[in-house]
Amino acid sequence: MPTVELKGITNYICRGVNLAIENGELLVLLGRTGAGKTTLLNVIAGLAPYKGSVTFDGVEVDSLPARKRKVGYLFQDFCLFPHLNVQENIAFGLRAKGLSKSDVFRRVDELLSSFKLQHLADRYPNKGLSGGEKQRVALARALAPWPEVLLLDEPFNSLDLRTAKHLRMELKRIQRSFHITTVYVTHNQREVSEMGDRIAVIHKGRVEQIGTYGEVFFAPKSKSVSSLLGSPNIFHCKSFTPLTSGIAQVKLNGISLVVPYDGCPIEKVAISPWNIYVSRQKPPGPEINRLRGIILSVRRTSPIVNVKVKCGNETLNIELQEEQWDDLELQAGNMVFVILPLRWIEVKRGE
Amino acid sequence: MKKRKSSTFWWGVLPVVGFLALWEVIARRGLISGHLLLPPFSVVIREFFDLTSSGLLLENFEASLLRIVIGFCAGSVTGILFGIIMGWKEILRRTFSPIIALLYPIPALGWLPLLMLWIGINEMLPIAIIFICSFFPVLYNTITGIRQVNKKVVDAARTLGASERYILFHVFLPLALPNIFTGLQLEAGMAWRVVIAAEMVAIPTGIGALMMKAESLIRVDIIIVCLMILSFMCLVFERLFIYLEGKLTSKWK
Repeated sequence: MPTVELKGITNYICRGVNLAIENGELLVLLGRTGAGKTTLLNVIAGLAPYKGSVTFDGVEVDSLPARKRKVGYLFQDFCLFPHLNVQENIAFGLRAKGLSKSDVFRRVDELLSSFKLQHLADRYPNKGLSGGEKQRVALARALAPWPEVLLLDEPFNSLDLRTAKHLRMELKRIQRSFHITTVYVTHNQREVSEMGDRIAVIHKGRVEQIGTYGEVFFAPKSKSVSSLLGSPNIFHCKSFTPLTSGIAQVKLNGISLVVPYDGCPIEKVAISPWNIYVSRQKPPGPEINRLRGIILSVRRTSPIVNVKVKCGNETLNIELQEEQWDDLELQAGNMVFVILPLRWIEVKRGE
Repeated sequence: MKKRKSSTFWWGVLPVVGFLALWEVIARRGLISGHLLLPPFSVVIREFFDLTSSGLLLENFEASLLRIVIGFCAGSVTGILFGIIMGWKEILRRTFSPIIALLYPIPALGWLPLLMLWIGINEMLPIAIIFICSFFPVLYNTITGIRQVNKKVVDAARTLGASERYILFHVFLPLALPNIFTGLQLEAGMAWRVVIAAEMVAIPTGIGALMMKAESLIRVDIIIVCLMILSFMCLVFERLFIYLEGKLTSKWK
């Protein structure tokens, strides 16, 4: 799979974008609506006009039309062909390329079984396919003609949270198994930590910051990047003690946490506001990463509620869904228990 | 479900039967003044069989049908072809739209005097009128159908490696079918109305011409037979296209 490089991409939205996506990498483009993320995907696919150059493995593809770029594109609203059933949708690209009937049949059959769509093969998109099923069909269709680059434009937007989460994991597994260079567009910061090898934050048609999730998460270069990442809770580590099997205990300002540990010194730890749980009662189980605190303030920005909780000398920024918060029946000044799940804690290694 | 369907059918049939019965009673009893101009329904039916057995009705019906089939097919096919090209290629649509916008509002029968001078009074005249009557609406509906295809679906086809021609035949055309059929449905009935009118004015054969002859002989029963045939054929043509559309698009629509 090729390395994709964008050099000086300029058009009606993009303003001199330079970006390199490594072979087999999953790069997440994060940005607000209208920032230019989808336009960048369209530039790579050859669907939008631009100045500058796009190369696949060093070879310029600027003069190639979309159909010759070997790009698989998963659109935001799937864009399945309504007049074709599931297997015909998957076969579309193969037939368009003039493959023999037997080759088409073999490839479609392979994809139907790997995406668990055999039972839906004869069904039409508008006749009883769920959002998740449509998404799987669209992905199978995009992958059918053996693309070298996969472009995903907010593919889980229209799905409920649980289905979206499940499909994100499935997509990641597929991306790994196909080892396909992938660009994933989202405006949802929650998806970033789950999906990408690296993230590029796009703001007003420019790449504001690019790096691994940890790099961007711990050192946002600007306010816009920080706010896009949901203003994570970042704490300086005072000391740490390695425990067993890849975990260490870190002492922060008046609290201690158990965090992932890979043998390198720990400089900072962080957790996103939406990855912290709140409970009225003392949670069951060992008292690891379960802190007692007092609610300092509550701010409703429907459908989210921002809660500040003081634990030790640290203030935690927590984001809850409105209905979750209402079920808790809490207010400022109440004592609460907060839980910081180990798997959502990010660690910045020191020198 | 079956029971509900059959009851809906009878609710549709009953008013018609009631109307025919009322007509029969009023005409037989002479309940309205000038009742000679309204023959009973049974007389009209008898006249229908008489005209059929004498071959007069069939001869005129065939003449009208042939004109409609030729004119409607030519007008529709040309309308669809131009519609596809104009819907597909923006530059052609922009170029020809003003001309078509100027010509479209002219009613098909409005062309009759001009065509009588240009073509003369012969078989080509009603065919040309039906051609015009079918061409513009089918053209408009085809252009609309092609232009309504979701641009992103077309982009999806492009990224899947499809050429523009492949996209035209495998994406644009199938997705424009419902619109094309709407145009055909409307115009199939309209073609019958127009041909009858043209035959009444200028052509000596056909259902319209038969009506004019009946009028001069004050044969109201024959006129009503012709009107019933016109009504029936409009209905048949419209239903035919509804059926064809259903066959081609109901699987996915």
